[in-house]
Amino acid sequence: MTPAPILQVDGITKTFGGIIALNNVSFTLNEGDILGIIGPNGSGKTTIVNCVTGFVKASSGRVLFRGRPITGKPPHKIAQLGLLRTFQIMRPYYSLPAYKNLVIPLCSPRARRTGGWRGGGKLGDRNTVGIDILEEIGFERDSYVPYKITNTLPTGYLKRLELARCLALKPELIICDEVFSGLSMSEIASMVPLIERLQMDGITLVMIEHRLRELFQVANRVMVLNFGEKLMEGSAEEVMADPRVREAYFGSEAVEEVMNHA
Amino acid sequence: MKTANQERRRERIDRGIKVRSDGLYALMSWRELGYLTAPRLVLIAGLILLPAVMPGLYWQRVITIVCIYSLLALSFDFLAHYVGLVSLGGAFFVGVGGYLTALLNTGWGFPPVIAAPIAAILGGAICTLLLLPCLPLRGVYFAIVTLMYPLFLARMIEALDILGGTDGIMGIDSFPYAWLEQYGIIVLLLMILFGLRRLVTTDLGLVMRAVKDNDQAVKASGINITHYKALAVFIASSVGCLAGACMVHTYMWAGISTFALDFSVLPIAATVIGGGSTLVGPVLGCLILVPVSELLRDFGTLRIVFYSLILLGFIVFRSEGLMIYGQRKYQQFERWTRI
Repeated sequence: MTPAPILQVDGITKTFGGIIALNNVSFTLNEGDILGIIGPNGSGKTTIVNCVTGFVKASSGRVLFRGRPITGKPPHKIAQLGLLRTFQIMRPYYSLPAYKNLVIPLCSPRARRTGGWRGGGKLGDRNTVGIDILEEIGFERDSYVPYKITNTLPTGYLKRLELARCLALKPELIICDEVFSGLSMSEIASMVPLIERLQMDGITLVMIEHRLRELFQVANRVMVLNFGEKLMEGSAEEVMADPRVREAYFGSEAVEEVMNHA
Repeated sequence: MKTANQERRRERIDRGIKVRSDGLYALMSWRELGYLTAPRLVLIAGLILLPAVMPGLYWQRVITIVCIYSLLALSFDFLAHYVGLVSLGGAFFVGVGGYLTALLNTGWGFPPVIAAPIAAILGGAICTLLLLPCLPLRGVYFAIVTLMYPLFLARMIEALDILGGTDGIMGIDSFPYAWLEQYGIIVLLLMILFGLRRLVTTDLGLVMRAVKDNDQAVKASGINITHYKALAVFIASSVGCLAGACMVHTYMWAGISTFALDFSVLPIAATVIGGGSTLVGPVLGCLILVPVSELLRDFGTLRIVFYSLILLGFIVFRSEGLMIYGQRKYQQFERWTRI
């Protein structure tokens, strides 16, 4: 028996003026999956995130989350359902200390409803919960890092902060828009186990990535976009072996390099 | 040979006493306690003593006007620097609050001490409702709409000859006691000032500041930003309406001039001079600007010229604002270091 799909995207099309950013893209996502979405620049990867999470209204097509249509709902309603996203360009609250960033998601109705996080509700408790979540995501509790003003933090921590914001809402599905980009090799190496742990915690993930080697370590399926169209979907090996993907995406020796390491 | 200037730079370091009094340890020493409370006590005592040291009724009335403008400036600073909504609505709030309290007082016979608070709450609700359509939008729309309403309402009253038309509403009661009129608004100002300062550090205030910092991230956190913006607008417009109501009871008259754009513009100038995002700064700015404007009355029409020059001077030489400058001097010391 196959598990019920958590997310169904049916023929999403998005046009900006005359430009077709997405053309009839469909995919389904099963509970516990990690789906990688790859494609060259401008192929519509971020647009699909925006359409699914309601930040951009799709021109046509529909999105079902746990069987319920969420097409056209405002972003905060979709986030309330447990479908969270990170931003490719990080959007922390730069003027606040890192842990105070989490007070905001913890104030949302979903965080209050799902409770779970120790305390909640009362004033001040959200700070402790925020630091707990940050520790979980790799901020050292005993260091100064969680207390620093966010605009002084390096990129690696900002990416983690994006994930932490999603975790504060007890997500069921997180769409990660390039969490590895802009990180050093060692930072990426420490992010991979984090992603794996999220999966073990029962969170379904969609990962948009340019870092293929790390993506293929964690993703069990990969979808390739090119010029707003879905080129193919399959396992990492299938995708890499497909000549169309090579042509569209890599052009040349990049594929060999990745294949040699895989 | 390069000058010494290029090898040195000015370094700012927090004063020891500032760092020590950041935490709970401040409670263990009188010195640290004094360091923390002195500026606040100076402000509170200063404002309360101010009417007593003023020569004559005229200047005492000026202090009341200072407080009215301070409330408006507070409301502007709160909306602009903590919620990210630039409001030109001082005149709108004053007008709505003023006319409401006038109606409550002359129409239903509520005494001023009851009419003014009702006008504040009711006026806040009306203003929020009228501004609701532009709250989901980002950008300049809020500023434009808040500027439009006072003009619109003033012309409506004039054209339809309602609410007293161009004569205004007369026969409004003043506050029953002179001391209440004088000190009531000072106490209100202090309460609202410290209340807002507290509010912006609570979790609720944090969400509002986050809306200013990054509204997309707040949406992505599952929060309806329009709700929070509406709540903030309600708080700010209630404060503005309260200022208008107090003014109307002080002058015992409500007319079209309560929608005058002075009420929109002067609070912004005061916020620039005093230092935005400090909340105390705008009060300080009003304490300077309003009396200066009164003193310049002797110059007749040249008044605006001098007034503009003073404003220009502040913007050129202290563009950060007095309060931010003062805070820095109070909390940090500077020294030259070699590079």
